[in-house]
Amino acid sequence: MSALRTGDYVIVRDDFPPGHVRTPVYVRGKRGRVVRKLGEFQNPELIAYRLEGPAKALFAVRFAQTDLWPDYRGPRGDTVDLDLYEHWLTPAGPEPEEQQA
Amino acid sequence: MSGGDHDHHHHDHDHCEDDHCDDPTHHHGHDHGHAHAPPQPDDRVSSYHQILGIALKELLIEKGVVTPEELRAAIEKRESASPADGAKIVARAWTDPDYRRRLLKDANAAVAEMGVPMTTTHLVAVENSPAVHNVIVCTLCSCYPRELLGLPPAWYKSRAYRARVVREPRAVLAEFGTKLPPDVEVRVHDSTADMRYLVIPRRPAGTEGMSADDLAALVSRDSMIGVATAKAP
Amino acid sequence: MRGPNDVGGTPDGPVDPEPHSLTFWEKQIDALRGVIGGKKIVLTDENRRYVEALGDDVYNTLTYYQRWTAALSRQMVDKGILTQDEIDAKVAEIRARLAADGELDVEALAKERL
Repeated sequence: MSALRTGDYVIVRDDFPPGHVRTPVYVRGKRGRVVRKLGEFQNPELIAYRLEGPAKALFAVRFAQTDLWPDYRGPRGDTVDLDLYEHWLTPAGPEPEEQQA
Repeated sequence: MSGGDHDHHHHDHDHCEDDHCDDPTHHHGHDHGHAHAPPQPDDRVSSYHQILGIALKELLIEKGVVTPEELRAAIEKRESASPADGAKIVARAWTDPDYRRRLLKDANAAVAEMGVPMTTTHLVAVENSPAVHNVIVCTLCSCYPRELLGLPPAWYKSRAYRARVVREPRAVLAEFGTKLPPDVEVRVHDSTADMRYLVIPRRPAGTEGMSADDLAALVSRDSMIGVATAKAP
Repeated sequence: MRGPNDVGGTPDGPVDPEPHSLTFWEKQIDALRGVIGGKKIVLTDENRRYVEALGDDVYNTLTYYQRWTAALSRQMVDKGILTQDEIDAKVAEIRARLAADGELDVEALAKERL
């Protein structure tokens, strides 16, 4: 089970597995921050084929628009939240400046 | 997975429809006995898929997979759910601080309390403030809190909305006539999983002392999706 | 490299903010899908998978409920609930019935081949 906690930084896996997937391409490989643990759910990637597997932890993850789109024209504070399953999330370290602080 | 035996949380979580499921034992908070509009005879059938849809319906009835009564009940349920249900929840949250806290903490319990239970999905209420404006989308399909808002409007399911609101939310909001100052964070929620989102818009100025019923009339569907703000009194 | 449904962040035109109420046919499809889902004959994620499997061209050509209809049809065959022959015969029967009643928009149907 995932040890991720609210406030942790994560990087979304940058993979393209075939089949039914609920992680949009636009966040793959992007860095975000866990804002809420939402519980544990059956994995839709298996349900879509009526397969069974372990429940997966689901997290709301927040991304800065400027991290998703290098050409984002709006204010730096704008964000996107997505609900992502644990097997798509890799723990990432804090921001370099935060490490120094 | 072989059916509905999986358990997580303590919910019996059915995956059965894009946005919610028809449990024939579930009755919506209110039942309007009004007659529905009959099929429009002037609308001629103009696509193969329309014919295919009618064929599937007739075959599945002939085989006893579904009954006409079940289909009628499902249509009636769709016609009875409307944004008025969401609006009364928002109005209560505006007027009852304890209810607002409950709604933000455990939205499923809070909406069930108001007679509008979620059927299969988990509701999360997100509140607008002077600092944050929330807007909801489902870029992958059309996830939508139907129990509270009825069937989604065409634009919510459109490619244009789904494609653009995560990348240029302020431009899309402007197309709905909603302009936000740069110091307000625009926070887009892309409903990718089992959560459904409801925006609690900001209570408009000049509404002090108004009753919850009167306030509910200011809460539009679009304001609960987040592409608009609540109406002025 | 993305599924036909995975459109977030791709270019598109203005959003039409008009609500456009559903036609009776669309409501019927929504209800049919809901009742079948309620019986767990079709699971939500299964249905999404079938919609995604329509491919880019079909996905982008069909309307929302047309996509659901196509996906539902394919699932009924794959699950052994209906055969494609039964469906084809019923489509032909309904087409003839609608034509006899003058309820078929023949010109629009012809355009679907273009």
